[in-house]
Amino acid sequence: MPEDILYSIRHLTVEYTTRAGTVPAVDDVSLDIRRGEILGLVGESGCGKSTLGKGLMRLHTGPAKITQGELWFDGRDLMTLPLDEMPEIRGAEIGMVFQDPMTSLNPVQRISDHLTETIQTHEPEVSEKEARKRSEVLIERLGIRRERITDYPHQMSGGMRQRVMISLALALRTKLVIADEPTTSLDVIVEAKFLDLLKELQKEFGLTILLITHNIGVVAEISDRIAVMYAAKMMEVGDVKDVFAQPKHPYTQGLLRSVPNIKLDGAELYKMAGAPPDLSHPPAGCRFHPRCPFVMDICKEQTPPLEVIEGNQLAACWLYPSVMAKRQEASHA
Amino acid sequence: MPETPSVGTNALQREASTSTNELVRVEHVSKFFPVQTGLFASLMNRGNVPSVRAVDDVSFTIHKGEVFGLAGESGSGKSTIGRLVLRLLEATAGKVIFDGVDLGKLSGGEMRRMRARMQIVFQDPLASLNPRMTLGQAIDHPAKIHLTKLSTDERKKRIYDILSAVGMNPAKAFYDLYPHQISGGQRQRVVLARALVTNPALIVADEPIAMADVSVRALLLDLMMKLKEEFNLTYLFITHDLATAKYVCNRIAILYLGKLCEVGPLRDVYESSVHPYTHALLEAVPVPDPTHRRTEAMPAGEIPNAINPPPGCHYHPRCPMARPNCSVDEPPLRELLPQHFTACHYAEELLK
Repeated sequence: MPEDILYSIRHLTVEYTTRAGTVPAVDDVSLDIRRGEILGLVGESGCGKSTLGKGLMRLHTGPAKITQGELWFDGRDLMTLPLDEMPEIRGAEIGMVFQDPMTSLNPVQRISDHLTETIQTHEPEVSEKEARKRSEVLIERLGIRRERITDYPHQMSGGMRQRVMISLALALRTKLVIADEPTTSLDVIVEAKFLDLLKELQKEFGLTILLITHNIGVVAEISDRIAVMYAAKMMEVGDVKDVFAQPKHPYTQGLLRSVPNIKLDGAELYKMAGAPPDLSHPPAGCRFHPRCPFVMDICKEQTPPLEVIEGNQLAACWLYPSVMAKRQEASHA
Repeated sequence: MPETPSVGTNALQREASTSTNELVRVEHVSKFFPVQTGLFASLMNRGNVPSVRAVDDVSFTIHKGEVFGLAGESGSGKSTIGRLVLRLLEATAGKVIFDGVDLGKLSGGEMRRMRARMQIVFQDPLASLNPRMTLGQAIDHPAKIHLTKLSTDERKKRIYDILSAVGMNPAKAFYDLYPHQISGGQRQRVVLARALVTNPALIVADEPIAMADVSVRALLLDLMMKLKEEFNLTYLFITHDLATAKYVCNRIAILYLGKLCEVGPLRDVYESSVHPYTHALLEAVPVPDPTHRRTEAMPAGEIPNAINPPPGCHYHPRCPMARPNCSVDEPPLRELLPQHFTACHYAEELLK
């Protein structure tokens, strides 16, 4: 694995077992997360982006199961670890921030207890006093006054709670933070300030952040790269500037043109036909083909692999020769 | 189109409207909700129950045929205003005049008949549809109540027509389906169809596309605009998303903590806002363009508690322009520019 890749997901498949049969929520997805970057993972509801995020920590329980793939994190394949060793990685090396901080925080525990418990669980040699001191410094850095550390979660505002969640992730010098819709429950002004904070933390702590969101505007604002999922498949990956300037996949093209832009004048919203498919009966071939304006015969039969189209930009679409080349290899084999 | 049910109004109830162009006039409407307290606290404060001032002395008019946007952050009171306009909630003070009729003076029966002319569409279509009713039954429900002159067959025909109008084709195929059998975007179309079946003049759309997928939203908005022309509708469009509002609203009102900050034609408000809160709000909206960078500082803090709102201008603790009198004098909503209203003592300084 190249030095600059922190997390390499290889051919990950996560399936849900339901009464109607197995539903692959993440289907053969590969993605590299680079050290120190903010990678925006976008897609519509049900596309599998949150399932992928949880998969990175092997957090699935119940009907969800990883059925295939490798999870190379910082030099080792997490899939080869016994499941009971995962808690040492969760929290300590990979932190997670969810959409609703109120359900992530214990309502009968003070903020200080959350933080000191987290620190002492993973670093038992740290004294209570020291852990408390570290916690105070941390929350102050995140813009919460030191005295507020004895507050209970309900005494804080939504924005402050989300800062507490980030502080929990940072308390252990986490290498990777997975933030799943971290600003969706926040009002826009608070959201803007929270995004500024994430950007600062990325620079200050060299933090790597996987930002999972349905909000394209949020990704444009703070991400370095973007990964676009649709119906359990990865459609396009690239630098934010490249993908927004020249999206390669027809889905990305449509998606970006259908997002309202408050600064843009006169342009009409692109009206994409149809709706995302039901994953228990996904369309054959490319999942996007029933809605695609450029659909060809091959799209209805074969699933396009994710290939380099230009520079750092990858897409899974038969329109491009580099993707088509893979098909020929397959048919000769 | 079948005739709209007539609404019993007498001369007394019909107020002179200032202009024939006006469909809804909201006059100094307030809504306070009592705060639930424990027994001990309520005994201690007898007769002095604290209340949430969800809507506080709000006035505006909605013109016939326009899309009037009502925007604000969570807890600003925008949904409460939507319900007050339809008299789904009784106002604590003030009145709502709909097409010249003071709704507060209508009896229960009269109000029920009036409801045929005003409908609401909520954010979550799955929660709005009864899971045990077919789509046809759901749309037929208000039709049965309000379109009493139509026979069963005539109603069925009308429901097919409306299903086609909202893009659910072939209508016959959808009539007997249940809500769980169709997609989220289709469900919102059915909810629109149900709202339209009684031939209303006003539709209060409360975050109508917020639950829909990004790739489906544009089509839904487009449909709403087509229906507006086809059925001569007026929309009260309630949203927290200023970017979406830009594509549909003719005029917009910005709310903060139950009070109006700014009202005006959309373009005027977006291009030259005359309230510091609107200014911050517009600046905070994430822009889907990586070359765009926010330049202005965001206001401090978050929306305060509506039980004890700050005195004077509610926004003063966060406002970069605040002066001493802002924490004392409540700014009235005034017409700073033609048709462009602001509730800021120092709005003149924002004029470009």
